[in-house]
Amino acid sequence: MSQLPLRAQLASALGRTAATLSRATGRGDGSVIGGRVGLLLEPDLLRKLAHEKKLALVSATNGKTTTTRLIASALQELGEVATNAFGANMPAGHVSALSSNKAAPYGVLEVDEKYLPEVLSTTEAGVVTLMNLSRDQMDRAAEIWLLAQKWRRALAGQPVHVIANCDDPLVTWGASTAARVTWVAGGQRWHEDSWCCPECGGPLDRAEGIVNADWACRECTFSRPEPNWILDGEDAVDPHGRRWRLDLQLPGTANRSNAVIALATAAAFGLDPQRALPRLREVKSVAGRYTTVERDGRVMKLLLAKNPAGWLEAFDVTRPDRPIVLSVNAQGPDGRDTSWLWDVDYRILTGRRVYVTGERRLDLALRLDVAGVGFTLVDDFGQAVAALPPGDIDVIANYTAFQSIRTEFGRAV
Amino acid sequence: MQSSLRIVWIYPDLLSTYGDQGNVLVLEQRARRRGIPVEVVHVRSSDPVPEQGDIYLIGGGEDRPQILGAERLRRDGGLHRAIQRGASLLAVCAGYQIMGSVFGGEEGQPVPGIGLLDISSGRGERRSVGELAAEVDPSLGLPTLTGFENHMGVTRLGPGVTPLSRTLVGTGNGDGTEGCFAGKIIGTYLHGPALARNPALADLLLRWAAGPLPAIDDSWYERLRNERLGAVLKP
Repeated sequence: MSQLPLRAQLASALGRTAATLSRATGRGDGSVIGGRVGLLLEPDLLRKLAHEKKLALVSATNGKTTTTRLIASALQELGEVATNAFGANMPAGHVSALSSNKAAPYGVLEVDEKYLPEVLSTTEAGVVTLMNLSRDQMDRAAEIWLLAQKWRRALAGQPVHVIANCDDPLVTWGASTAARVTWVAGGQRWHEDSWCCPECGGPLDRAEGIVNADWACRECTFSRPEPNWILDGEDAVDPHGRRWRLDLQLPGTANRSNAVIALATAAAFGLDPQRALPRLREVKSVAGRYTTVERDGRVMKLLLAKNPAGWLEAFDVTRPDRPIVLSVNAQGPDGRDTSWLWDVDYRILTGRRVYVTGERRLDLALRLDVAGVGFTLVDDFGQAVAALPPGDIDVIANYTAFQSIRTEFGRAV
Repeated sequence: MQSSLRIVWIYPDLLSTYGDQGNVLVLEQRARRRGIPVEVVHVRSSDPVPEQGDIYLIGGGEDRPQILGAERLRRDGGLHRAIQRGASLLAVCAGYQIMGSVFGGEEGQPVPGIGLLDISSGRGERRSVGELAAEVDPSLGLPTLTGFENHMGVTRLGPGVTPLSRTLVGTGNGDGTEGCFAGKIIGTYLHGPALARNPALADLLLRWAAGPLPAIDDSWYERLRNERLGAVLKP
């Protein structure tokens, strides 16, 4: 069944055992520990596992997990797909994903932005999909201009087909050293990290609008490339000018953007939107994101938002007539610094019934007080739910706050 | 006297990496709650810095925007003229380093600052990331500073400035002090929304611009301060 050398097979098998144990003992979904055990035994395992697969790597600040899922769903039209569905997006997670389905001819891997150069060089993936770059957990993440520069160096001279969002100037700059790029006008709602030209530092002039807004540097020649694919309202327009109504189950503009990028990526594997799109429409929730959970007649819609751009996207899919619970932590995976709360414009919540919780609820409370948004502070998520009458509730939480809510309500996917 | 307090936020397009807007919002809220009308001006780096402001704010940023910001401020000269007129300034992190004679660029190379503070900065050995707490110079009469730092800078203070504070937790300038002040200019490594965790520092800037201030309800500020200081200053 497998062409892997014996040592790699053993490493891969032991990794799967560790993953099973991790799940059985309730420690996690097993994707990281399994891969770590495998990598420890066979450092070159990732290269070997990737060797005979047709691979796409997916990276961005926001939407990585969802877009990975959409692409993986689409490619199932062509054959079996190995993928890291749970967001374990560093090499250990990649080993785990590829070991769990060694026979699959296709692989779609979500890749942490920092690790993209390393993972590209190890796996020699044929397709790289890049969506957006914005400020995110800067107490531990790299500065985003430096990240884009590393992408440029990693992509230069490689035989790789890049699918990139040309509405994000920093992504465009990061992708533009690649020999072959399909440009997707996927939109950019968060503009605060792209006022200046990544090439020369001059001011970027841009037309108003989220999608399809042209931009160009005032001082050098860097400007938005002509898009091959366009997100136009509810539709994707492909390079032949054919218009596809998306009709996704996943909500919001950000997911329509993820979907058109997924369609462009599927096309790079030779899959027509005619066959890819029905697969995208089947996706309802991604690792608990956009899931609806219920307790005592309260129907809660769970949204994950990890950084300012993510909060904008989350607000886009909440409903103004619903009460909303906000939960913020600052553990390692969230970033220990809560400064980013001041980059989110919370005034959109004015007039809504707002509950504030999480380990850093006092940071959020002051933030809302200064924004002039009324709120109720509660000790934990359960207290907020109990305080609300039966009915629909929106919930936005950052990473570990989201995970703890998911744990409380079960790991429904 | 002009009708409203003018708060000028310098170069949000370059130097606003992490919640720096918070300082603008906190000053605005605390002035308005005291009935002081406020006008906020955001100055992009392609535009001239107005000279008629009362309080100027400049924030943190990555290496390259920091270098661009310093070049543009020097060429523009508006901030220098505003300071000569008696305006006050809060300079945070990368913005703090820019105010000195020199700071470290992307590869640690010396880059000229704009010389509004008698300090010089370079790159340290490792990044300082984490909570910071510091006792403020007694002449300013402010309670303990609390905040978050995230920088690789090491800053030497010259005789023309006074240390803003002495660190209890964290790195600050790198010599046991954190930030500095001279006249109505304050520089600090407390990045992002430093004033949200230090409302008394916000009020100092407001007093310099608008005179004595009545007390206001500080309960959300105080609860956050107590929690954060409690988390880092173990008894």
